[in-house]
Amino acid sequence: MLDINGKYCIVGVGNTEYGRTPGRNAVTLTVEAIRNAIEDCGIDKGEIDAVLTKYPTSNFQGLFSARVAQALGVVPRVTATLDQAGASNISLIAYAIMCMEAGLCNVATISYGDNPNTSGRPSYGRRPAAEAARGPTYGGDEAVAGMTGAPCGYAMIAQRYRYEYGLTDEQLGTIATTFRRHASLNPNAQFQQPFTMEEYLSSRWVAEPFRLYDCCPVSDGAAAVIVTSVERARGLKKKPVSVMSFAQAHPAWDLAQREVLTTSGAAISGPTAFRLAGISVEDVDFAELYDCFTIVPIVTLEDYGFCKKGEGPDFIGGGRIGLEGSLPLNTSGGLLSETGMPGMQLIVEAVRQLRGEAGPRQVKDPEICVVSNQGGVMTTHATLVLRN
Amino acid sequence: MTVEYPKPLPQLTDDNGPYLEGLRERELRLQRCGACGRYRYPPARFCPHCLSEEASWEVASGRGTLYSFIVVHQLYHPGFRDDIPYNVAIVELDEGPRITSNVVGCENRDLKIGMRLVAEYFDATPEATILKFRPA
Repeated sequence: MLDINGKYCIVGVGNTEYGRTPGRNAVTLTVEAIRNAIEDCGIDKGEIDAVLTKYPTSNFQGLFSARVAQALGVVPRVTATLDQAGASNISLIAYAIMCMEAGLCNVATISYGDNPNTSGRPSYGRRPAAEAARGPTYGGDEAVAGMTGAPCGYAMIAQRYRYEYGLTDEQLGTIATTFRRHASLNPNAQFQQPFTMEEYLSSRWVAEPFRLYDCCPVSDGAAAVIVTSVERARGLKKKPVSVMSFAQAHPAWDLAQREVLTTSGAAISGPTAFRLAGISVEDVDFAELYDCFTIVPIVTLEDYGFCKKGEGPDFIGGGRIGLEGSLPLNTSGGLLSETGMPGMQLIVEAVRQLRGEAGPRQVKDPEICVVSNQGGVMTTHATLVLRN
Repeated sequence: MTVEYPKPLPQLTDDNGPYLEGLRERELRLQRCGACGRYRYPPARFCPHCLSEEASWEVASGRGTLYSFIVVHQLYHPGFRDDIPYNVAIVELDEGPRITSNVVGCENRDLKIGMRLVAEYFDATPEATILKFRPA
């Protein structure tokens, strides 16, 4: 088996503003984030020989990596656009490292950019009736029943979780209020205004058991990282952040047919990544967990082994997941408050924290971070373990 | 003048013709694998358990249990404007497969996971019948 632990690293990170960026399309946003990542580490653009992108979720475009490569003025030796929805970012970092290990490339950009907030979002659910009814494989059962919005599937999971293990509104609210508090210390967050538990509880219903504040926003923006070998990283501007391990696992089946709704791919991906990194959950100083909806980080914490199944709602209480807690989570606000972008921002924030660049939201002397990405309706999952 | 049904209608796929025809005749028909004996849904040419192509269509009991549900308040599709708030349910059929549907004849606040349900057939158009469930 290949041992990549410590051989490759993230040397540059970059992003655009998050929220609404009218007049900038997915390629433009992506190039801006990559340009910022290049400036962050000081690598020469001509050294980039791999361009890897997650396709824009709201509006699939074929050959998206090729479009970005052209706009960057790079003729890459390696490209890929992976379809694991929100898990794609981490899995593209894995792909980049595997290609480097095979001798195919040396410096890779991995990026995500999209503008669903200003350009419309044909893939997001508010689709014309005919298209919505087509459905994936069912002849459109979900659309026929009126289940076409992104929160609906996750709300199904939360309701089932409540039945199997118990889950209060306030426990979901703890996730929402804590991450918003973190975003209030992040000047680039789309939503920075903190709210109280009472305000959480009085926010309008979207799809019971979810209220508005259980759901991430729709956001324009882009984020990018640059990955290379530890050897090449020497002499660059910033301290490299080492990739200890990555893993993935995919429950895959449509929600209704999935054997268990309350355990995600994290239950395989997380322990695999920890074993390959040679660490246990006790070694993790903070985590950036995919949080498109409040139920997701609770399930992920359990599946990663930070607590037992069913104990997640209690585990997140008592200030544990705040910046001063024993396991700070989603230190920049996560999807719920920083940007609804599917996942790359979590990797960018992990790197900034591990470098000690996070300013007023900096976690004290972190060494190891775990990042989760997931997509679909807990359909895909990927894990990344990073070390400073 | 015909009044158009404003919501998404079931769509014919390569595999679900007998299922949709069954609904029109007020029967819940499920495919059953000729090799491993398991019922499957959605309809498919190959059994997802044993990959056999042998299958028969059988009339299911139409009975099941509420597995999970949501109550939708946000308008995602204009056809549901007058229904808000409405429920969407995942129903676990006694034969095994689960189907996404709606529960009728029950207030949303009275929905309970585990409650017993029975199939109800709703003629949306002369060509399309929709499967719903009501408390058994």
